[in-house]
Amino acid sequence: MRIPPQLERIWPSMPVIGALLFTSVLLLLFGASPLESYAAMWEGAFGTQAKLLSVIAFWIPLVFSSAGLLLTFKAGLWNIGIEGQIILGSIGASWVALNVDAPSYLLIPLAILASMIAGALWAALTGLLKTRGGVHEIFGGLALNNLAIILTNFLISGPWQPPEGGTFRGTQPFQDGVLLPRFADSRFSPLSLVLLVVAYGLVVLALRNTFWGLKLKALGQNARSAFLLGVSSNREAVIAMMFCGALAGLGGGVRVLSWFDSLRQSISGGIGYLSLLVVMLAQFRLLWVPLIALFFSVVLNGSITLQLRTQLHSSLGGILTGITVLFMLLFGDAKRLGFNTLSEEDDDE
Amino acid sequence: MSDELIGIIASILLQASPLIIAVCGETLTERVGVVNLSLDGSMLLSAMTGFIAAYKTGNLAFGFLMAAAVGAFFALIVALASIRLRQSQVAVGFVLTLLGDDLSAFLGQNFTRLPGPTVQKLAIPGLADIPILGPILFQQNLIVYFAILLTFATWWWLFKSRPGLRLRSVGERPEAAFARGVDVNRVRYLYTLIGGGLVGVAGAAYSLGVKIGWSEGHTRGLGWIALAIVIFGGWSPIRGALGAILFGATKALATVLQRTFPEVSVVAFNALPWLLMILVLLVVSSDITDRLIALSPRPMQRPLRRLLKVSPPKALGTELVEG
Repeated sequence: MRIPPQLERIWPSMPVIGALLFTSVLLLLFGASPLESYAAMWEGAFGTQAKLLSVIAFWIPLVFSSAGLLLTFKAGLWNIGIEGQIILGSIGASWVALNVDAPSYLLIPLAILASMIAGALWAALTGLLKTRGGVHEIFGGLALNNLAIILTNFLISGPWQPPEGGTFRGTQPFQDGVLLPRFADSRFSPLSLVLLVVAYGLVVLALRNTFWGLKLKALGQNARSAFLLGVSSNREAVIAMMFCGALAGLGGGVRVLSWFDSLRQSISGGIGYLSLLVVMLAQFRLLWVPLIALFFSVVLNGSITLQLRTQLHSSLGGILTGITVLFMLLFGDAKRLGFNTLSEEDDDE
Repeated sequence: MSDELIGIIASILLQASPLIIAVCGETLTERVGVVNLSLDGSMLLSAMTGFIAAYKTGNLAFGFLMAAAVGAFFALIVALASIRLRQSQVAVGFVLTLLGDDLSAFLGQNFTRLPGPTVQKLAIPGLADIPILGPILFQQNLIVYFAILLTFATWWWLFKSRPGLRLRSVGERPEAAFARGVDVNRVRYLYTLIGGGLVGVAGAAYSLGVKIGWSEGHTRGLGWIALAIVIFGGWSPIRGALGAILFGATKALATVLQRTFPEVSVVAFNALPWLLMILVLLVVSSDITDRLIALSPRPMQRPLRRLLKVSPPKALGTELVEG
C-alpha cells in the first residue's frame, strides 16, 4: 500500500491534527463546543500583550530544560529526574535571595549561579546512583523528583516560612534587588531570554562541533563501543547529567526570580516532564525544539484560560500535548506502519 | 498479641493488596521481555474508570472489568509500539504515564469526592475464628484474598507450568525460543495484555476498596512504587508481594512513629517511601553489595547473594530480530 503524495507531504502534521480531533471528542463529551474552546485557548495565549508575554515567560524555562535534555538524550540517558533538577534550581536561587545581602548587579548573577549549581548537583546524584549504584536513572530520578517536592514543602513550611507563619503556599516575596528586571509589568524578563539564547547556542555548538558532543553520541548509540573507543562511559554520563541539571536549574531559577517572586509549592509546574515531551516530539532536531516548546507553552497557557472560562479542567492542555507526542511515536513514521512512501521508493531506484 | 497490633497488620495487608496485584501483572509483562512503564498513568486512569463505572451502574464487577480493559488497552499500545512499530518502550510508556494522569483528571473531574460502592469484607467461615491468624488473613476484604491467590497462581504459572517455561524463555532467550517454534511476539502480546489488565484491576482495587473514591491524582506515585517493587522482587511474584507488604509496613511504622514523635517534621515521614525506593534498588543492583557479600564467610555467600541480589530477564526491553 502506498500513501498519495499529497497526503505524504502533510503527514508530519498528522499527530497535531489527530490530537486536536481527539480533544475535540473529549470536549463534545463534556458538552463544550470544540471551536469555541480552541478560540478561548487562542485568546488565552495571544489575546492581550500580557498574555503573549506570559506565553514567552513560560516558554523560557521550558527551553532551558529541553536544551539540557538534548545532552542527556544524546548520551542515551532518560533524565526523568529533570523535574527535580528544576526544583532544586529554584531552591538554590531562593537560598541566595533569602540569605545574601548585596547590590543587584552581584545578587542576580549569584542567584543564577546558585540555581545552576544546585540543579547540577541534584542531577549528579541521579548520575552517580546509576554509574556507581546500578540504579536506573528513571527510578533514581523519579525518587529524587519526589524528594525535591518534599524538600520544597519542608522549606516553605519550616525554615523559610514567612514571618506571619507558614502557610504551605510559599515563602515571603524576595527582596527587589534579586528579581530579574521584567518587561512592562509582565512575568517576562528580557535578561532571561538573553541567557537562553546564549545557553541554547552553546548546547547546539557542543553537540555539533565539539569532540565532547561526539563522545556523547558514541555513548548514546552504544555504551560498549564507546568504552572500547576510550570514552569513559560513566564519567561522560555523569557530566552530561550535570550539564543538563545546570540548565534545568537555571530554568528553575528563572521561575522563582521572574515568573514568581518567591519559592512556591509547585514551583516547576510540570515543566520538566513537559520538556521530555518537547524533545521527543522534536525527535532531537535542534532547531525544532524551541518551536515545539512554544507550541506547548501556547497550549498550556491557553488551557488555563479555558478552565477559567468554561470550568473545564485545565488538564486538557496536557492531554493535547501528550496525545500529539503519542501519535507521533505511533504514526509519525509512515514506513513503520507498513506503507510505501515516496522517499522509500527513491531509495530503491 | 494485642488487638491493636493485629489490626495494624491486617490493614498493612489491605493497603499492600492493590500493589501486589499490580506487581504480579508487571512481573508477567517484564518476564516476557516487555517493560510497561505506563503503570502510574494506567493505574490512575483505571482507578477513575473503575470508580465511575461502578458508581453509575452500582455493579462492582463491572467497575473492575472496565478498569481491567483500560489497563489492557494501555498495555496494548505499549506492545504494538514496541513489537510492531519498533519504537522505544520507555518513550511510549512514559508518554502514557503523563497521558493517563491528565486523562484521569479531565474525565473524572465531575466525579471527585463522591461516595461510591465498595468491596466488602468477607469472613471465611471456620478459618476466621483462628486466633491471631483469623483476623489477619481470613476476615479480610475480597481484594486481599484475590491478591494472595494471584501471587501464588502467578508464581506457579511462571515457575512450575509448561506455558510458564515458554513464557520465561521468551524473556530470556527469544531467538532460541523462536527457533524452537515459539511464536515469540504472540506470547509477548498475550502477557503484556494480561499484565496490563491486572494493573487496571489494581487501580480499581484502590478506588473501590482500599483508598475509596476518586480525586485528582488519587493513586499518583504508586505506579512507580510498583515498578520499583518488581525490580526489588527480582521478577518473582512472591518476593514482589513481600516487597509490597514491606513497603506497606514501613508506611504504617512511619504513621505510628509520627504519632509517637510529633515534634519530628512530617517531611521526614513523607520522604520515607522515596528514600526506601532508592535504598532497596541500590542494595539489589549495586556492585557494593557484591563486595560486601564477598567479605562474608564462604558458606554464607550463596544464600546472601540469593537474598540480596537480583538480575532481570536477559531480553528485557529488547526486540526479537527474526531470521
